[in-house]
Amino acid sequence: MKRLGPDDAPDRLYTVTGGRSRSADDRTLDLVTLIVSECDPTPGMQSEHARILTLCRRPTAVVEISAELRMPVSVIRILLSDLLDRGQVTARHPRVRETAQLPDADLLKEVLDALHRL
Amino acid sequence: MHSTASDRAAAAVAAGTDADRTPLSATADNGLKIVIVGGFGVGKTTMVRSVSEIRPLNTEETMTRAGVGVDDPTGVEGKTTTTVAFDFGRITVNDSAVLYLFGAPGQERFWFLWDRLFSGTLGAVVLVDTRRLDDSWYAIDRLEAHGMPFIVAHNDFGGDRHTAAQIREALDLSPEVPLVSCDARDRESSKAVLIALVDHLYDLSTRDAVPVQETAEMAP
Repeated sequence: MKRLGPDDAPDRLYTVTGGRSRSADDRTLDLVTLIVSECDPTPGMQSEHARILTLCRRPTAVVEISAELRMPVSVIRILLSDLLDRGQVTARHPRVRETAQLPDADLLKEVLDALHRL
Repeated sequence: MHSTASDRAAAAVAAGTDADRTPLSATADNGLKIVIVGGFGVGKTTMVRSVSEIRPLNTEETMTRAGVGVDDPTGVEGKTTTTVAFDFGRITVNDSAVLYLFGAPGQERFWFLWDRLFSGTLGAVVLVDTRRLDDSWYAIDRLEAHGMPFIVAHNDFGGDRHTAAQIREALDLSPEVPLVSCDARDRESSKAVLIALVDHLYDLSTRDAVPVQETAEMAP
């Protein structure tokens, strides 16, 4: 059997997503939407789903899941939409969603404090 | 953009070390974004690495476009999928908020992606190298068009002799855009760049909070 590696990503990713190229959550799952597991992996579960459930025992951003599983963000969004549909994960969306919409000054002050503490 | 061999090696190391991950607080619920934009080799990844609390990670986004690629400067038809690789790092703000830093290529051919990739971004740092200022014009133009607040950081590795005035003039930078010098390899210097950006955002947000006054002169 052919060993799967990063260079044969298209075939592998096609299999992982069941051939789907987009999900209903495409527009709602931001790169920094935090995903949290609501259950543990179960035997027989698709391995990518199981890895996400393990990873997201603590809140984990969509982009971090993508990096950890070494799959493009678009593929992760599809996998996450499956888990969201089944209630196996929940999503904590960023509160700033629009470009050029500044957050309140209090939050910016907290960011400044965090940077000074670094 | 294709990943280099070193990118893949770094990603492989990252992928194999789940145990090393620093988890976020269980109460984290508000992801924030700052983007560091710049040309190839200007030091974006270096800056992310300097300040990130996690080892910078690398991933990619694929974008599928329907129809002829009107944004594709090469004019190649039928190419509907584009892959953009980007690095990111993370800084915990408090129990609720966590800031993600994205290093993103600023060249013209990548910009059609940014609307979606970076919607909701607090602001941007345009990292410039005076040897290749041309790479920065397009990024600055697009950020201005999008109304996204930004500052310009001049990565001064190797003792560049250009003055701030020269850079400002070369970039045709409006006076209200802060310009700072930095050494992206240095943590304190990179920190100062981010602080300069957030200070700028803070100024903008408190300025915007002042109620718009009706101009008395306009009254009859």
